[in-house]
Amino acid sequence: MNKVVKDKVEGLAGIESNMTIMLGGFGLCGIPENSISRLVEMGVTGLTCISNNAGVDDFGLGLLLQGKQIKKMISSYVGENDEFERQMLSGELEVDLIPQGSLAERCRAGGAGIPAFFTPAGYGTEVAEGKEVREYNGKPHILETALTADFAIVKAWKGDTAGNLVYKATARNFNPMMAMAGKITIAEVEELVPAGELNPNEIHTPGIFVQRIFQGEKFEKRIEQRTTRQKH
Amino acid sequence: MSLDKTGIAKRIAQELRNGWYVNLGIGIPTLVANYIPEGIEVEFQSENGILGMGPFPFDGEEDADLINAGKQTITAMDGAVYFDSATSFAMIRGQHVQLTVLGAMEVSQDGNIANWKIPGKMVKGMGGAMDLVASADNIIVAMMHSNKAGVSKMLKECSLPLTGVGCVKKVVTNLAVLDIKDGKFHLVERAPGVSVEEIVTATAGDLVVPNHVPEMKI
Repeated sequence: MNKVVKDKVEGLAGIESNMTIMLGGFGLCGIPENSISRLVEMGVTGLTCISNNAGVDDFGLGLLLQGKQIKKMISSYVGENDEFERQMLSGELEVDLIPQGSLAERCRAGGAGIPAFFTPAGYGTEVAEGKEVREYNGKPHILETALTADFAIVKAWKGDTAGNLVYKATARNFNPMMAMAGKITIAEVEELVPAGELNPNEIHTPGIFVQRIFQGEKFEKRIEQRTTRQKH
Repeated sequence: MSLDKTGIAKRIAQELRNGWYVNLGIGIPTLVANYIPEGIEVEFQSENGILGMGPFPFDGEEDADLINAGKQTITAMDGAVYFDSATSFAMIRGQHVQLTVLGAMEVSQDGNIANWKIPGKMVKGMGGAMDLVASADNIIVAMMHSNKAGVSKMLKECSLPLTGVGCVKKVVTNLAVLDIKDGKFHLVERAPGVSVEEIVTATAGDLVVPNHVPEMKI
């Protein structure tokens, strides 16, 4: 099955204002940067974005925040972003902060047909407010519900024409679960190859979860905290 | 003299045991990796999706696709493995990680921890901290005993929004090693040259002090 679309324009066609969108990545690592730049061009607003982080002021989802395109963020960590903090404290931006493991599992559950699950994370904290509590093995757990999205946008290292994906190093992070949880999943890849070239033993995301795939035009791959040591 | 951040990390490193998988939080905990005792082999897990995390890369060898949970560039050891975030937290929630070291703004004598939010001032989010503290059997908090204003961070009750309840069993500060049990802090060791009185004064929560409090060996 051929899932290939020409470019980011064709890839993101159909995304409208007020939709819910999942975006893979951890910090700036493994984010679909070509698609984010397309969302800026499209000018869609009122978006609910599910993403572990919100980018930095001038890159990643920070670009959508600058244009006030995001109505609500569902994330686990949103530091290092002044514009985010300003919009949140002024009440312009709705924010739902979720423990990182619960966020990952809620996306996984959404893609796997599991409507809700119990987890110990967040019990006794404000995250648990209004949620059902149940004891298992003598320990309290809270009920968390699945997350799905109108569109999921993921970034992979390599992909084939059938939509199979391989990620590189820690750029994998939230991408596989989000790929599963999108009603329509768009994959932007660094290298697009014909079906048959990827080793089926080594594919991370099976193509069944991917509806559209395109090779990104340019990957800046910005590093948030460049940390090195000296050679002795 | 009280310990600096490096001293705290060195003391915590003494808690490492052979064969453990260890998750280190951002800040002082990250430094623990530099002081693994001789003869001890551990593997570091970073919740963004690597087991077998190595040291920072040499200048010019950074890879934007290879970072730790603090978003710093890292390297991978031989035998390292990458995985997605759901698998990562399966390792954590499923108690496959033997030790978690993390920082805190406040710890209470009943083992509660606060480290993710200061209402009206700072809202960065909890990241993976709530999952880590809710599941890990063995949590060590690494922090300064008091904040910059000199106010104790070792409290009867936390004043900030909680990250987890009844989960902290050991705290290593610039002044002391303390265990938490039966709803009280228990003084285990004092930092070199730090008196018991100093620690008592700096601890706002209930503190049990044994007759003899040994000095840490760093």
